[in-house]
Amino acid sequence: MVEPDAHKFDTKSLHAGQRPDPVTGSRAVPIHQTTSYVFDSVDEAAALYNLEVGGHIYSRISNPTVAVLEERIAALEGGVGAVCTSSGMAAFHLAVATLLNTGDHIVSSQNLYGGSHNMMTFTMPRFGISTTFVDPHEPQSFLDAANENTKLFYAEVLGNPGIEVLDIEAIADAAHSIGVPLVVDATFATPYLIRPIEHGADVVIHSLTKFLGGHGIAIGGAVVDGGRFDWAASGKFPTLSEPYDGYHGIVFTDEFGPQALSMRARAEGLKDFGACMSPSNAFYLLQGIETLPLRMQKHVSNTHSVLDLLDRHDAVEWIRHPDHPSHPDHELAKRLYTKGSGAILSFGISGGREAGKKFIESVELASHLANVGDAKTLVIHPASTTHQQMSAEDLLTAGIGEDLIRISVGLEDPADICADLDRALKASQR
Amino acid sequence: MLINLADSYFSAANGGIDLEEMNENDPLVVLIHGAGMDRTVWFQQTRFLSHHGYRCFAVDLPAHGGTEGPPLETINEMADWISSIIERLGGPAHIVGHSMGSFIALATAANHPDSVLSATLIAVAEGMPVHPDLQTAADENLPKGASFIAGWGHGPDQHIGGNPTPGLWMIGGATAVVENSKPGILSLDLSICSSYDETLLQAQSVKCPTTLILGSRDKMTPRRAAQPLIDALPNPTVVDLEGVGHMSMTEAPEEVRQVLVSNFSNI
Repeated sequence: MVEPDAHKFDTKSLHAGQRPDPVTGSRAVPIHQTTSYVFDSVDEAAALYNLEVGGHIYSRISNPTVAVLEERIAALEGGVGAVCTSSGMAAFHLAVATLLNTGDHIVSSQNLYGGSHNMMTFTMPRFGISTTFVDPHEPQSFLDAANENTKLFYAEVLGNPGIEVLDIEAIADAAHSIGVPLVVDATFATPYLIRPIEHGADVVIHSLTKFLGGHGIAIGGAVVDGGRFDWAASGKFPTLSEPYDGYHGIVFTDEFGPQALSMRARAEGLKDFGACMSPSNAFYLLQGIETLPLRMQKHVSNTHSVLDLLDRHDAVEWIRHPDHPSHPDHELAKRLYTKGSGAILSFGISGGREAGKKFIESVELASHLANVGDAKTLVIHPASTTHQQMSAEDLLTAGIGEDLIRISVGLEDPADICADLDRALKASQR
Repeated sequence: MLINLADSYFSAANGGIDLEEMNENDPLVVLIHGAGMDRTVWFQQTRFLSHHGYRCFAVDLPAHGGTEGPPLETINEMADWISSIIERLGGPAHIVGHSMGSFIALATAANHPDSVLSATLIAVAEGMPVHPDLQTAADENLPKGASFIAGWGHGPDQHIGGNPTPGLWMIGGATAVVENSKPGILSLDLSICSSYDETLLQAQSVKCPTTLILGSRDKMTPRRAAQPLIDALPNPTVVDLEGVGHMSMTEAPEEVRQVLVSNFSNI
């Protein structure tokens, strides 16, 4: 059988969404640093405002530079569209706020980035949206926690910080069995390592700040619309399948079919909530994505070097990375992540909290900061930083002990990374 | 929206306008999708026409999109169904068909001349042979069938991108539309297309004005394959779109809108 006619992943990383500028011939994506766009006529303006034709009105809603990034991410993920936002958290909020209403309910994995956990535990309830957290390894746990108001299942494809591997297809099947979508955060994986839509996920959230950007210079997020979930048939999503007075009674599923979520998220979410991405940040993030395949290969190979070091180090009690045989999800990772399961790992240091503190303060090449997915190697102690709002009980449930150190393995020479970690580990034991 | 038709309903997009609020004096336009697709492939035209003086309906054929019922099994059956839709909506109508829908539009114009004011045929050819690998993938309900159509269906520009609607990835959109079709429908539609051999005969019966919109980079209905049909139709208008593939409604939405409005206003 012949193969479908489509550019490969590496080519899309460089080209998707942008043809050379027809006026100037500019090969690189221009930064359209403008707030607004001149209308050709009153009729054209009216048609744009009424979603009759495509185009740009105001950069809070869309911008040509940001649109290139949106198309590129959608192309890489295999979605129908994407909406970029000012941050990954804004993307998560945009997805939830587009789909849910007061009184609705989320069933979420308990193994999450602390910010996401915080938003669902403390912030969304103020708007009448509640969440039940469950073990992501058990599809039945999602179903058991669901009720008549449940509108989506949520999980990270690689959990934070334990790097739990989500069986996307199993959880998607569970979600679909009760007529709700599976929304996943795939920040740690990037579409280079896994494309969740191909495994049944319906919406993919990214913090572009991390590996997709890769350089640690720009904050951004994206909501990727898979286009496969039947919002109308579900009957649970009036924002998409019932008339919206904000656009003269438009029914997004009637008009836009598989792109309904993308269109509503932009037409309402960006327009009304306003968490848009700046064109300059879109430009920076595009520069990162151009080299995503090359970088992810190096991130993964460097991670394997670090795993080798930790594996034989006396100061290491345990290692948590899906490519390591000790990880509970190792076999699942081998099946889903054939190119490796990312560059974030955690380990338990001998000596607990005090040893952890010494380790963090002893690294010289690695940076101690609250980010992951940078080109540079990063380390952090989650219990005292990223997950510090969580109670001791929630920390335990999420698998975050006081001895846990998280490493985001960078692109330096692996020998230098390992030398630095080895030195800090030895220092931690003195 | 769902619109009643005899003892059943059909699904259509019409720009979100209540049927009761439509001006019955506005010209009626019916948009007909292609194989394995649905009404939403016209989203760049439907809403615009509906808000620019037309009663425009992008319909879902039976067993497609939101229209229930068993699928129709021949182009002529589909043409009869479209004629009944036009009557229900208060025709006659300007009809616009894409790919398989262009065969349906042609047959409707030929078999039901009183129902049709004009026929616009997008991505049409004398015949539509189907690549055996595509037919096999469709027969087996493989996602690859949708990928074949989306891949071959777009010109080289859209394999790069630059969608006029910000944030949408056109190849992904087309793939999803076809993937979302009911099992077996793409297979049936493709076999209907490949076996249909009445275009030249039908063309001789057409009395209404016709327009063909053809993409220079169309791999599924190549430009040269339309020429026998062009020669058989009485004085057709031919619009060639440079660089465009099989999906000109989405690949060149502004050009298609302009052609449609220009044609409709001249009749």
